[in-house]
Amino acid sequence: MSNAHPIPFRAILRHVLLIAGAALMLAPFIWMISTASKPQTEIFSSELHLIPHQFALAENLREAFAKANLLRFLLNGVIVTVSIFVLQVMVALPAAYALAKLRFLGRETLFALVLFGILIPPQATAIPVFLLLHKAGLLDSYAALVLPFTISVFGIFLMRQFFKTVPDDLVDAARMDGISEFGIVWRVMLPAAIPAVTAFGIFSVVAHWNDYFWPLIVLNSEHLRTPPLAVAHFRNSEAGTSYGPLMAAAMVIIAPLVIAFLFAQRRFIEGITLTGIK
Amino acid sequence: MAQIELSAIRKSFDGTDVLKGIDFRVEDGEFISLVGPSGCGKSTLLRIIAGLEPQNSGQVQIDGRPVDSIRPSARNLAMVFQSYALYPHLSTFDNIAVPLRMRRLSTIERLPLLGALLPSRRAKERHIRADVAGIAEQLDITPLLRRKPGQLSGGQRQRVAVGRAMVREPLAFLFDEPLSNLDAKLRVHMRAELAELHRRLKATFIYVTHDQAEAMTMSSRIAVMMGGELIQAGTPAEIYNDPGDIRVAEFIGSPKINVLPGRIRKDGGVDVLGTALKLSCSAAAGDCRVGVRPERIDLGAGPFSGSVVHLENLGAEAFVHLATEGAGLRLIARLADVRHVPAMASSVAFGFAPDAVRIFDPAGKRIEIRLEQAERIREPAHV
Repeated sequence: MSNAHPIPFRAILRHVLLIAGAALMLAPFIWMISTASKPQTEIFSSELHLIPHQFALAENLREAFAKANLLRFLLNGVIVTVSIFVLQVMVALPAAYALAKLRFLGRETLFALVLFGILIPPQATAIPVFLLLHKAGLLDSYAALVLPFTISVFGIFLMRQFFKTVPDDLVDAARMDGISEFGIVWRVMLPAAIPAVTAFGIFSVVAHWNDYFWPLIVLNSEHLRTPPLAVAHFRNSEAGTSYGPLMAAAMVIIAPLVIAFLFAQRRFIEGITLTGIK
Repeated sequence: MAQIELSAIRKSFDGTDVLKGIDFRVEDGEFISLVGPSGCGKSTLLRIIAGLEPQNSGQVQIDGRPVDSIRPSARNLAMVFQSYALYPHLSTFDNIAVPLRMRRLSTIERLPLLGALLPSRRAKERHIRADVAGIAEQLDITPLLRRKPGQLSGGQRQRVAVGRAMVREPLAFLFDEPLSNLDAKLRVHMRAELAELHRRLKATFIYVTHDQAEAMTMSSRIAVMMGGELIQAGTPAEIYNDPGDIRVAEFIGSPKINVLPGRIRKDGGVDVLGTALKLSCSAAAGDCRVGVRPERIDLGAGPFSGSVVHLENLGAEAFVHLATEGAGLRLIARLADVRHVPAMASSVAFGFAPDAVRIFDPAGKRIEIRLEQAERIREPAHV
């Protein structure tokens, strides 16, 4: 018994810390759900309470959908994130394959440049890219939302690290069987790298679904807005911010990600462990 | 079926010479083993033949045609890898079908959805299915056709890999240590199966291994490689009995050949451990090394004596480890009759027949000897 004593204490401490951390993370979400469920009068009342006295979630949702074309914004989000991800894979996989499995002069330098590229924040290149899109006449279009992100250095890096673990014999066997180098990328490496592609997909989709900065600066037209802009729309309305519908809209736009996470929870965790990012 | 000729093949990686000029000819239908310790360049040589690795200089010819600028698949050779290299996401059937699909279907026909609709693809797929089924039948893997490689045992994967090689009816088969991932028992079994396959297909086999037992048991010819050079090539019996170099003698045979320090006298006689052997040679006087195979050491009688320091009784045979008195050399003798195994630590007299002796100069080259007996057997060295 004597030596069993410190272990429960440490376990309790650990759990208290974890619960505190989780509460900190969850608090905004809980507040969002709470606010989305309250009528306007309760939101502005001076007393703090999580559970609304009068549930108004349905009304708030109805108002959110009435005020803005939320479904259209969700569709925009899907179009943009899926296009970005597909194009990123189409660029990253051949590049990663070359960096991992082909021998050519300057390969290490190129890879160093890829690593260097990871260090550059997208905000740093925002203005040149903006000007470029302006010159090309592409501002305020889906292309403006998608094109700047098609080359993901992080994706190239991640896939290259994964391809390194694919045995060379497999590549050689494919060459003996007559599969071309591009064929090897799509027929051999891609199926072998599904876990890595999934992990990358999660990062990419989450990042671009939630991206507020870039759509804000390249978009003008309302029909092209992505979900985060849609939420901002509620804040900007002239009649003052209506927090109930805003929070309801926020719930709607994070719902696809939460649902996707619940479905792919295991893959998600595998993906995170795979990338070594915690 | 093909005859493959290598001339002056050189290869270096980052300034290190891995192959230092290999000249070799593989005859049509031969089972050639390239054998040598790890790092001797045998796998690199195989990869050069396959076209997976370009040589720095030299030429590879298949059936008299230089293939140096030809893609691996166009050389029409098949390769079986150590790790089997099966496509993990494809079933056994699809794994075997890949080379056929790549060869027989056009790019449009190979497209995932569209291709399946083309009538020409359906006809070709029917042929491919028949061919794969035939191969599966031959290799006894028909029940495994729907499984993924992850669900197969090592031996089954091995067979699938062989099937993938066979299905394209290549000019020659290249094997890169295909048995080294299997357990000992299965390895012995697959050895027999591969030799049987070679007899049935009558195709050219080039087989890379570091396991001399595999080379000895399966091949029609062995090529021993050391340090990027091909030292000796010959039938298993030639390599075993007539090693041209002490490294070959030491590499081939298990347990290893016993090597004793010897001395060549001015008159050409040879002394070992202070005893003159009944043979002579024409080499210059000086130190030499005397090799005797464990099975040629006769225990019980002879001019030498040693004490038993270790015994390995395998049931059918026994290995007696001896330490010679005085010099403290360790020798291994193979005893065919395990009923007469000497006791541990006992002293045993031993000797060996003069024709069991192979003599090497200090550089390791074989020295020819003459036996001083009625039947004079000349032992030519094959270098």
